[in-house]
Amino acid sequence: MSELTLLLIRLAFLAVLWFFVIAAVGVIRTDLFGSRTAPAAGARKTGKPAKPVAKPKSKKGEPRQLIVTGGPLQGTTINLTEQPITIGRANDATLVVTDDYASSRHARLFPQDGQWIVEDLGSTNGTYLDRSKVTRPTPVPLGVPIRVGKTVIELRK
Amino acid sequence: MSEVAVSPVPMPAKRRGAQLLMLALAVAIVMGAYANVGLAIDGQIPSGMLTYGLSLGGLMLAAYLVLAKFAPWADPLILPLVTVVNGLGLVMIYRLSESDSGTGRLSSPNNQLLWTLVGIVLFSLTLIFLRDHRALQRLTYTAGAVGLFLLVSPLIPFIGRELNGARIWIGVPGVQAAQIQPAEFAKLALVVFFAGYLVAKRDVLALASRRLLFIDLPRARDLGPVLIIWGVSLGVLVMQKDLGSSLLLFGTFIAMLYIATQRSSWVIIGVLLFVGGAILAGMVFDHVYQRFEVFLNPADDELFRRVGGSEQLMQGLFALGSGGILGTGLGQGHPELIPLAFSDFIFSAIGEELGLTGLMALLMVYALIVERGLRTALAARDPFSKLLAGGLSFILAWQVFIIVGGVTNLIPLTGLVTPFMSQGGSALLANWILIALLVRMSDAARRPPPQAIQNEGLTQVFQR
Repeated sequence: MSELTLLLIRLAFLAVLWFFVIAAVGVIRTDLFGSRTAPAAGARKTGKPAKPVAKPKSKKGEPRQLIVTGGPLQGTTINLTEQPITIGRANDATLVVTDDYASSRHARLFPQDGQWIVEDLGSTNGTYLDRSKVTRPTPVPLGVPIRVGKTVIELRK
Repeated sequence: MSEVAVSPVPMPAKRRGAQLLMLALAVAIVMGAYANVGLAIDGQIPSGMLTYGLSLGGLMLAAYLVLAKFAPWADPLILPLVTVVNGLGLVMIYRLSESDSGTGRLSSPNNQLLWTLVGIVLFSLTLIFLRDHRALQRLTYTAGAVGLFLLVSPLIPFIGRELNGARIWIGVPGVQAAQIQPAEFAKLALVVFFAGYLVAKRDVLALASRRLLFIDLPRARDLGPVLIIWGVSLGVLVMQKDLGSSLLLFGTFIAMLYIATQRSSWVIIGVLLFVGGAILAGMVFDHVYQRFEVFLNPADDELFRRVGGSEQLMQGLFALGSGGILGTGLGQGHPELIPLAFSDFIFSAIGEELGLTGLMALLMVYALIVERGLRTALAARDPFSKLLAGGLSFILAWQVFIIVGGVTNLIPLTGLVTPFMSQGGSALLANWILIALLVRMSDAARRPPPQAIQNEGLTQVFQR
């Protein structure tokens, strides 16, 4: 085996190793570069069958994500789908909060006519939308904080 | 895919295809490395390459199938990344066994391949039987007790063994081959315990405090848990002469305490406690002092010649130096000159043959595994999962830091394995279980939110 061949093999191996690392970063680029490009990338990811359904329905100004902005779970994001989201201490809640001020089934968020509605499920300490207590199902605008115990959540695009 | 098509908002994709591709690339890299070693040493493709390559490929395919069946939403990257480090470790051990020196005779690639097989079996079993990792939360104190027992078990007479100056092994009396390092499994149990304990107690630890200068000091009585763990880890250091596990244990607890309470004061207290304790131990105990001596003056001639002195460290540094930027090429350096190059110093051995470029790629792979773990922690929907995922990823990162810092003489050298690469069954098995737990949690975190229990939300009449 000549020196030159071995040199070429060595360089090629290092190149392939780095290609692997870069490919790995490519797979997770949506995670690394934030959620701004996520909707577009996400639509591509779901493949052909999703496209015709996905496009006409997704209006502008419709929230896509629920973000926890305060409390122990800060930083958690949940992608919104058609399904309602429950918040509480119960293990089967979508967002499980361990918080003495939260009830086991504390509040619920559900979509209706393109809007997300927050509803208090008879909690002990109440659910607050911005600063007012939620006494009946109320629509949630984008970026307005909802407070459940010590946890604060927001809807974002 | 039908459920995705129905949903109006794009769901996070499963990305199974990407995972399979990356896995194939990972196996191809490992086979390439085998071929490269053979070409450089004998001038021909080694006869065992197909056996090694195919068995590794088959194992990973099996792991992939189990993952696709039992954790379909799991992170697509974790398995391929682990495959690369595990595979490159196998190649390096094979390459060292090809040389005739003492290191070569002690390294056994076949055993390591067997351990990889057992590791994948444990990985699969964990995924199959642990359907919901939150079941572990109920075992908080059991896990704590088991972890503590495993940690001290080498001190029990008859089954405990002392090897290479550290009493960290247990085995069946009389049988030389059957021995394991229980501390490797103890760390998993202890992370589960820390996570469960901190979920329950973090409010107390986070809220009650006095403000002094610019840090929040916790109340004296809340220092209890930290002091206990500190005592245990110093006990490990002194009784078992195992600096690595001691640092690993205490660092992980402090990191998880920080994740749980978001108080930097705990980190400051922890660092001060450990540095203080280590210096104290260094002054009192001889074997700890020797480590410091070697760390401060590795190039000292007298230390170099002493048994258990700085020779291993210096040979590792020489190897890194002769590797340079691009390395000598696989099979073309002399990593066999480093004593025990297949275990603690496998990182230096790789550094000699792949150079800084290869080491950086390798560290990137580790960093990506940790990033996926921390990402899982961020996405997790309940506090226990967050702490467990955060703790497990941290322990992996911390392990890499301690051993890489040790062999490059950034910190005093401690006997820890490089995760997935070093020869040794216990660590490999424990780390495969760790990865299975991360995969299980990433599956739970990325899975679309479950259907609400009562479905009347869709039919409810809503009045403005």
